[in-house]
Amino acid sequence: MPLYHDDDQAMLADTAAQFMGEEGAIAKQLRHWRDKGCKDGFGHALWKQMAEMGFTGILVPEADGGLGMGHVEAGIVLEEIGRNLTPSPFLTSSVMAATALGQGSDDLRARYLPGLLAGDSVFAVAIDEGAKHNPDRIACKAEKSGNGFRLNGRKDFVVQGASADMIVVAARTSGGETDAEGVTLFAVPKDAAGVGHNSVRLVDSSMASHITFENVELDGDAVIGEVDGGRAVLNRVLDAGRVGAAAEGVGVARGSMDMTVDYLKQRKQFGKLIGEFQALQHRAAHLYSEVEIARAAVIKAQQLLDAGAENASLMASVAKAKAGKAAGLAVKEGVQMHGGIGMTDEYDIGLYMKRDRALAEFMGDLYYHAGRVAEMSGY
Amino acid sequence: MSDLDQFRSETRVWLDANCPPEMREPVRDDADVYWGGRKATFKNDAQKAWFEACRDKGYTVPAWPREYGGAGLSPAEAKVLREEMARINARSPLSSFGIWMLGPALLQFGTEEQKLKYLNEIARGEIRWCQGYSEPGSGSDLVSLQTFGEDKGDHWIVNGQKIWTSYADKADWIFCLVRTDKNDKYRGITFMLFDMETPGVSTKPILLISGNSPFCETFFDDVKVPKQYGDGIPAQVGEVNRGWDVAKYLLGHEREMISGADGGDRTAAIGATLTRAAGAPLDPVLRAELAMFDVDALAYAAMGEKFLDEIKVGKAHPAQPNMMKYAGTELNKRRHELIMAAGGSAALEWDSSESSEGAKPRAWLRTKANSIEGGTSEVMLNVIAKRILELPGA
Repeated sequence: MPLYHDDDQAMLADTAAQFMGEEGAIAKQLRHWRDKGCKDGFGHALWKQMAEMGFTGILVPEADGGLGMGHVEAGIVLEEIGRNLTPSPFLTSSVMAATALGQGSDDLRARYLPGLLAGDSVFAVAIDEGAKHNPDRIACKAEKSGNGFRLNGRKDFVVQGASADMIVVAARTSGGETDAEGVTLFAVPKDAAGVGHNSVRLVDSSMASHITFENVELDGDAVIGEVDGGRAVLNRVLDAGRVGAAAEGVGVARGSMDMTVDYLKQRKQFGKLIGEFQALQHRAAHLYSEVEIARAAVIKAQQLLDAGAENASLMASVAKAKAGKAAGLAVKEGVQMHGGIGMTDEYDIGLYMKRDRALAEFMGDLYYHAGRVAEMSGY
Repeated sequence: MSDLDQFRSETRVWLDANCPPEMREPVRDDADVYWGGRKATFKNDAQKAWFEACRDKGYTVPAWPREYGGAGLSPAEAKVLREEMARINARSPLSSFGIWMLGPALLQFGTEEQKLKYLNEIARGEIRWCQGYSEPGSGSDLVSLQTFGEDKGDHWIVNGQKIWTSYADKADWIFCLVRTDKNDKYRGITFMLFDMETPGVSTKPILLISGNSPFCETFFDDVKVPKQYGDGIPAQVGEVNRGWDVAKYLLGHEREMISGADGGDRTAAIGATLTRAAGAPLDPVLRAELAMFDVDALAYAAMGEKFLDEIKVGKAHPAQPNMMKYAGTELNKRRHELIMAAGGSAALEWDSSESSEGAKPRAWLRTKANSIEGGTSEVMLNVIAKRILELPGA
């Protein structure tokens, strides 16, 4: 498959760019909700609109009422979300939770997917325990209890956890904390007793929860996939999240770069447009090169994931790492090249820097994924 | 089975029957690469058999039309062939500046008679070409070149000097930028072709820091170049005084080639290989550097693939080869720094047989030219800034 968008995908990209550029614009969403101190960190009306556009069901199979598309299409929407810094539950709900539910029972899919497709429901994913992403270690415990399970433990960095109608939780049903086997995924409903949220605002104005589970009783039918065999589902969810976050990262990089290159063409100092200075031209050109390469890595990973290829997970880590590198460079160069104005809250470039920081940590940072690439390569 | 699947299975059968096992081993030294030409010799029977099988099948230049010596493969078929060759690690049967550079220029600008003559010679490995571009005073600022061709009616008299002419001492013919109008900088250059055995042509290899001499100085002393080699075969490609258009077109191809967009191991991850070769766990900080490199290399490999896919359908920005060249050569330099670091003192050995006569340090030093030849990294960044980012006054 060629590494560019086919006609249908190009059309979706146009639609997504227009929609997000208008409805998801920084002033209309990110700043609006931030300045209101919104407890969700995003607007439900926009989520409803995204459902009307069909975006929420991109990864949901047609048999379940979705569009039955792939990670390339989801990534197209995510890149525009990144470019416009649009706060929404798309990555956690429509990409990661939808991937988990895709492995779930008929009952689970019937219970949760209609709400997602309609833009009425928001889902979160609880994997991390501690401040650094390390999905190889799952300590949160689910013990057999009657016909179901009793969940105890804590999760961190659960993005939009307090707003979620359902949380996909990775818990241990057997074995030690770092055993590959013995992990089970659960769909924990919002109203389950014993779930405690400490919802905090992050640097990019998004909301994330530290969640505690205290003797949370779950029905047996809350299990997604197989008991003790959840690692396979979790890996799918992680890969979807990595590639999705990478696509959003590329959007952040491109948004930041475009804004910066525009600024170089407008700002005058020493009687010249600053974009005439070779010192800045070379840095901008190097940035362009990095962002282009990151885009290529991301679309390659999306295609491999859609094809179920053996090396998809390796490429997912390459994509997340490279997108992190490129976006990190884009926002740092962005603020520096803007000079003083880049430090002001009034100007948007700093918002890109903040979003990049949060996105870099989400689903593992550059260091985590470079290390994973080394391990998967055998060194 | 689709036509392409059919082609793939036929290709597998053909490769299985025609590519000798020796030609599936990694290239170790210069003699493992067959360049063709009047003076060429084969290193062994396997190299000869593989070259001849490919030549007869049109696979030295698979995508060129059959009448020019190619196999007339569609872009999709050519990709399948590349993939199948890569799968068995098949060596390239013929390396040639004719294939990479002059060929594409002739396909774009040549007369029908020129194409029939020169492309077939190139495809069949009969004539080895070299490229006369850079001059002592014209490196990055190539258009300032001074080698002059004086119009003598039915011929030119060429005087001047070229430098960094790759393998000029081994080449049969040269494609050469010659100033034919001193009053017009851009429209005063002609893209000339002539025989390196013409009286007045001499070459002198340049000894590099690697200890090798892949480049020459090339001198032209009253070289007589006929204006016509036959009907429809003028001495120049394109029009007289319009050679800069051809040169610019060709520089794009050169940059693609140097960028490693044509695949090969320059885009591969290296951490695992270097760690295995070291025989013991590497320093954790070096391991981290290798991991960071592998991320960049694997991402760049995807970029190479994307770039080739996009060129085929005209989706790539016309200046994108400059980006590929910049990123690819900088990556290759980093790769060899890491090979040296992982190799330790063993990688310092210059002429021992254990070190294959200093293969590592020589290759490391050679890569330092990657970001100089064919346009420096700084020139590539200038072009990206001007043509892609459209920054002012660049």
